[in-house]
Amino acid sequence: MSGEYDVAVVGGGLLGSAIAWGLGRLGKSVAVLDEGDIAKRASRANFALVWVQSKGLGMPAYTVWTVRASEAWGQLASELKQQSGLDVCLQQNGGFHLTLGEDEFGQRSELVTRMHNQAGAADYRMEMLSASEVRKSLPLIGPEVSGGSYCPLDGHVNSLRTFRAFHTGFKAFGIDYFPDRPVTAITKSGGEFRLTTPAGEIRAGKIVLAAGNANQTLAPMVGLHAPMGPTRGQIVVTERTVPFLPHPLTTIRQSDEGTVMIGDSKEEELDDRALKHSISAVMADRAQRMFPHLARLNVVRSWAGIRVMPQDGFPIYDQSETHPGAFVACCHSGVTLASNHAFDVARMVAQGSLERELVGAFSASRFGGASGANAGC
Amino acid sequence: MFKRSEHDKRPLVQIFVDGVAVAARQGDTVSAALLVSGRDARRATAVSGAPRLPYCMMGVCFDCLVTIDGVGNRQGCLVPVTEGMQIEIQKGKREIGK
Amino acid sequence: MTMAPKREAYDVVVIGAGPAGLAAAATSAEAGLSTLLLDENIGPGGQVYRAIASTPVSERNQLGADYWAGVDLVQAVRASSAEIIQRATVWSLDRNLDIAVSIGGASAFVKARRVILATGALERPFPIPGWTLPGVMTAGAAQTMLKSSALVPDGRTVIAGQGPLLWLLAAQILRLGGRIDRILDTTGRGNYFAALPHAFAFLTSPYFAKGLSMMREVRAKVQVVSGVTELAATGDGQLASVSYVAGGTRETIPADLLLLHQGVVPNVNLAMAAGIEHRWDELQLCWSPTLDASGNSSVAGIAIAGDGAGIGGANAAVVRGRIAARAAVEALAPAAAEKLVPMATLRADLARAERGRVFLDTLFRPAPQFRIPTGDTIVCRCEEVTAKDILDAVAIGATGPNQLKAYRRTGMGPCQGRLCGLTVTELMAQARARSPQEIGYYRLRAPVKPITLAELAAVPQSEADVKAVVRG
Repeated sequence: MSGEYDVAVVGGGLLGSAIAWGLGRLGKSVAVLDEGDIAKRASRANFALVWVQSKGLGMPAYTVWTVRASEAWGQLASELKQQSGLDVCLQQNGGFHLTLGEDEFGQRSELVTRMHNQAGAADYRMEMLSASEVRKSLPLIGPEVSGGSYCPLDGHVNSLRTFRAFHTGFKAFGIDYFPDRPVTAITKSGGEFRLTTPAGEIRAGKIVLAAGNANQTLAPMVGLHAPMGPTRGQIVVTERTVPFLPHPLTTIRQSDEGTVMIGDSKEEELDDRALKHSISAVMADRAQRMFPHLARLNVVRSWAGIRVMPQDGFPIYDQSETHPGAFVACCHSGVTLASNHAFDVARMVAQGSLERELVGAFSASRFGGASGANAGC
Repeated sequence: MFKRSEHDKRPLVQIFVDGVAVAARQGDTVSAALLVSGRDARRATAVSGAPRLPYCMMGVCFDCLVTIDGVGNRQGCLVPVTEGMQIEIQKGKREIGK
Repeated sequence: MTMAPKREAYDVVVIGAGPAGLAAAATSAEAGLSTLLLDENIGPGGQVYRAIASTPVSERNQLGADYWAGVDLVQAVRASSAEIIQRATVWSLDRNLDIAVSIGGASAFVKARRVILATGALERPFPIPGWTLPGVMTAGAAQTMLKSSALVPDGRTVIAGQGPLLWLLAAQILRLGGRIDRILDTTGRGNYFAALPHAFAFLTSPYFAKGLSMMREVRAKVQVVSGVTELAATGDGQLASVSYVAGGTRETIPADLLLLHQGVVPNVNLAMAAGIEHRWDELQLCWSPTLDASGNSSVAGIAIAGDGAGIGGANAAVVRGRIAARAAVEALAPAAAEKLVPMATLRADLARAERGRVFLDTLFRPAPQFRIPTGDTIVCRCEEVTAKDILDAVAIGATGPNQLKAYRRTGMGPCQGRLCGLTVTELMAQARARSPQEIGYYRLRAPVKPITLAELAAVPQSEADVKAVVRG
């Protein structure tokens, strides 16, 4: 396995796959280096929301970036379908965050107000609705639902099928996918990057680090910085049931297959093999209070996954000053932002520099310490 | 497909399958009672609607899923029949509230 | 009928009331340890002694003496102080030996100082074309109905596959007046030669004479076709015919019922979800737990006995149950262990019970074409995923069963991989030219059997748990 590629993407999850697919779409020769079957894969534990509401409090640029992704998703879904024949079942008819009891309603209302008051943010029409207003869209809510916030831009997608569509697209674009190749070292010499893996070396003109939490150790190899604060989340999934939920919620969605996914917990833990039933219980209890008929459904699976979470919760896109041609990308919302990664980030990598007006705010220089070149470009 | 033994002396239990009375025996599982009833007990899968009957009869294959007394997706091979039990053959995905 | 455990904590919790679990619970309770025996079925006995306490088949020779051996095991445990709960489905076991068990639609939580897993075996997947058709069942399924409800096939019936259970079932069906039109023996011709070096042990084992007489009994009444190399079930929404190739000749026969069997494999779901290390067993072609001589697993405090520890049959299961229980007694109440059968005696018993096993494993090793399907044959029954689908996923990058889920949803249905897991591992191993050990298995997690959302919601919650979910 020796070869020269325009770009080597390190990481074959949803983020790396979207960028690699986007580069292939632009005619670049691309290698994707991935780990094996039991790697900690954040994109295997995703919740599949294409989500806008409440994103970007504290960083208006993130709101703008998220709205852009939401708007570009239709284009992505249609290109994937055309290429692979796979319908990723994108549904963008608005989403809810439901509250139980008056306290939660009050807290959510405050959040919505703060979002609205934040200067520079895109207006994505997030609004608070009373329980009776919510019931018009979600007739099966239970009596404890006090209302919730609604955003017309929100939606969801079949994320596993999206992943498969990207990988199907790899073949069509001639992208080489190398599983079982964790990258252990990266050097640059003679204008090309050399990536060391247990199964040999890969050489490429540019590299994109999209390895999730592993970016923390990979980024410093090329003068980049990716401070992460990963957390563990649990998800509970039910058997398939007839469609009952016409809109996705932050914590409950019904997949196109009919299963009901229930999230989302957050703990400062990194062992994705452990599972706390007591936390699943809180999630299950809240779900059945929101939709009482769910109580009788069977739970067929539950799992814990580790979120890719930059330390301040916002994405990192950066390029190296010391190693020109090296890029890093980390974000929590790999599903929501997939369209931006496939179109915008891929374009920027292909042209060799990040576009400040789109992603300037996401430089890791905001964390201090070793800084990338993104903020100054 | 199956028949009962003449030597089976267990007491009769009446169950209802899609509203029709069916004679079962005490100690039968729901799935066994359905398979020997002579009725069409094929369910339709939640994925493609393909017809299925129980495969393993020991609780591992989930092809015996059936609605019992209003509760959907029960493993019929693990549930013993009781007098007056209402069985419904499932067609497709489990319905809301069942 | 439904009852919750009487205590919150036990010295020993035994999961599964087949031969191993019955023996383990009785041994543990006799030594004075507080013992809880949890079992998913309506009555004790597991699969081999299914319905031993309730079977309507009263004529003893119909089911055979080996079956009735289960009576003493049940009586022993019932006479002991062990608490027994039937229709109790354990859905979670973890490294802290915390157990969640669903009983009558509500969960109970018990803690154990020692856990003995005796979850037994299930039939190896037999993924031939048409195996999902109504009318195709496992031989074990027919045997379960025969034992528990005295039901026998009465339509056109074909039994196909290989292994001792197949002949036992055929004999039992015939004794109860059931119908068998043909037996299709898939034992590979080469297996006889491979098994030959192990024949001496087998000839001197108890299996030999019993097996031989049973085969004679069946062959006298049913046409047996040997050397079957291809097998398919066909029909439109219902089994209509069975097609097979033997000696290079294809034949198709009409059928209402096809009973399949190619051996049994450990039921690993609970053990794997508890984090117990398993290895691929190249002889038995399945995952077996890594155990010490007393059945202790890689997770401290959890032992595995019976066929879940690697297939050994009912007699070996009983002894393994006693060994695991004795080891628990030695650890928790050494003085009480003095009263029990010495470990050396048990180990000698086990060696005797396992005699001939290698011969059987070698002779009845299923052929590749019956384990590794091709084309449109369904592999994952729940999600209806075919062999071709899986190979397509491998071609675009799926490396193992867990990544395959992301591509194709295999193993994500209610059976949680029980009916597809081995096939997926072997199919991917073949496609990627790797060993099954390298390919691995699904990462299994609780709940290992479905529970309702309401039942999960009733698990006790702390303030910290709520905070992990409800965030400003």
